[in-house]
Amino acid sequence: MDKLLDVENVSISFIQYTRGLNQRDLKVITDLTLDISEGEILAVLGSSGSGKSLLAHAIFGILPENARLNGKIKFKGKELSQEDKEEIRGKGIVLVPQSVNFLDPLMKISDIAIGHCETEEEKKAKKIKQREIFEHYNLGPEVDDMYPFQLSGGMARRVLVSTALLADPDLVVADEPTPGLDEKTVQETLNHFKHMKEEGIGVLLITHDIHAALEVADRIGIFYSGYVIEIALKEDFSGDGENLLHPYTKSLFKALPANGFEVVEGYQPLHGEIIEGCPFYDRCEMRFDRCKVERPELTDVGNNKKVRCFKYEEGA
Amino acid sequence: MNKQKVAKYFGWKLVRFIVLMIAVAIFSFVLLDLSPIDPVNAYLHGAAVSETQRQILQQYFGTNVPMTEKIFHWLMDLIQGNLGTSLIYRRPVIDVIIDKFMASLALMALSWILSGVIGFALGVVAGKNKGSWIDKAVKVYCYAIQSAPSFWVGMLVLMIFSVYLGWFPIGFGVPIGVRSTDATFIEWATRLVLPTLTLSLVGLAPITMYTRNELTQVLSSDFVLFAKSRGEKGWDLVKNHGIRNILLPAITLQFLSFSELFGGAVMIEQVFSYPGIGQTAVAAGLQNDVPLFLGIVVISAIFVFVGNLLADISYYFIDPRIKENEFND
Repeated sequence: MDKLLDVENVSISFIQYTRGLNQRDLKVITDLTLDISEGEILAVLGSSGSGKSLLAHAIFGILPENARLNGKIKFKGKELSQEDKEEIRGKGIVLVPQSVNFLDPLMKISDIAIGHCETEEEKKAKKIKQREIFEHYNLGPEVDDMYPFQLSGGMARRVLVSTALLADPDLVVADEPTPGLDEKTVQETLNHFKHMKEEGIGVLLITHDIHAALEVADRIGIFYSGYVIEIALKEDFSGDGENLLHPYTKSLFKALPANGFEVVEGYQPLHGEIIEGCPFYDRCEMRFDRCKVERPELTDVGNNKKVRCFKYEEGA
Repeated sequence: MNKQKVAKYFGWKLVRFIVLMIAVAIFSFVLLDLSPIDPVNAYLHGAAVSETQRQILQQYFGTNVPMTEKIFHWLMDLIQGNLGTSLIYRRPVIDVIIDKFMASLALMALSWILSGVIGFALGVVAGKNKGSWIDKAVKVYCYAIQSAPSFWVGMLVLMIFSVYLGWFPIGFGVPIGVRSTDATFIEWATRLVLPTLTLSLVGLAPITMYTRNELTQVLSSDFVLFAKSRGEKGWDLVKNHGIRNILLPAITLQFLSFSELFGGAVMIEQVFSYPGIGQTAVAAGLQNDVPLFLGIVVISAIFVFVGNLLADISYYFIDPRIKENEFND
């Protein structure tokens, strides 16, 4: 069966002027591979500023002009060109953005939610549907006439989620939906995603919040220095972390307060200073000699899991 | 919003206006009084008179009293709407100003609207197509016109349209030898075209560049990114999100340009010998007509204040955030 979304070996780089007119290619995402099925929540977990949001923008074809995208993004088995993305965005795939800043400050909430309509009839039909969904999310009629700056944090979150559902999407891409929210609102937001999942919608949750990811996701993709280094099942994040494969994922798990609070020395290599071998080489406890010069590929280890580490290669 | 709040809002504006007017009146008077300009000398035009005659004149113009007393007199007269008598026109200053201002008003209003509308449109087209040849052409034009003095642009326009092409008369408000009251509308209108064109050409540069920058910023904002992710594209984005978000700053800028408009009119009227307030200001300055000059200063201050006030009021209708806050202050 075809997956809902297949992201294969995607890399995103920016052309950067260094000194004078010298250009260099700054790779922000080097190799990103993941897939989502219908009714599945996949979390992409990475640190702040690691370029996770670019993945979302790449799927929608809204990367900045100076960005270069390589690799394949397939939706329902069909590889998407820029034209396909422009056609499909807002219909099959929708975005739940980070914050209220993504709403036009001078437009009424209901107009934003309805979006651009070609005809009056379309607008009327959408208006009815918008009211229904808002009602479902506990947003009263008074919210329709509000402007974004008048929304509270929780309301804004519900509005953003509602705008996504108006389009009857197959796939929802949520870009950092939880930061800056109180515990209750985070819980509420995560519940929205669970409901989407129950309705068969696939959800790509891009986040740096490991608790949020563990709470709702079925599988978790670990994003490190521009690479997906492991795609693990939620269940693997338990016990001693013995089912987790990649050394970084293991250390990440052990760094949680409940699991020993152990910290690995060092930091993630920044964009542009990644060595030619494994990006985790410098900090790895079980590294081989070849890790320094050879870059491991993301390999399938069965059970829908993947890892990028020579340790799990056959015959290693 | 209720009536009480609106009344309070305009009440405060009125207080500010009065304070501004008093300040402008006093400062401009003091500056003129300290300058070598002297109404007695201006009246005499260098004619030789005896000391007694000079004293009689000083008595008449009131120049031989202390400055504080002069300022007091000036303010008292101003409050009563008495701006004195013009030395060169031999008529009440207020009549001269109204007369000349009306002639300038058509010129300024037309070029203000033209530069605003065309400038905004050019800015939107350039901003939407950032980096394209059309954007570059607009930018080059704006930089060039912004760097060029307006009187020079006026001379170019005169050379091209009046001298080489001969499409329009070279100047004045009405044909030579015709009384201004006898001139036909066409005679008057054809003489208005070139000064208006020049003022518009000069005035649209800032508004174009500003609109262009604002639009490119809005188009790279998060909310436009989100709108794009929801399927909007091209001109729909500009129409639904762009215009609305750049209209407010553009309108502000255009209203604030009232002062530049006034300054531009002074230059342009001089080049085209158009008998408006600008030319009158220059004449008053050169011929030491103190009452007329002070009158024009006061009127232009009111003019600029009204421009800013209109900008403030226009916010209220466009930006909901201000609708919420402004009247609550």
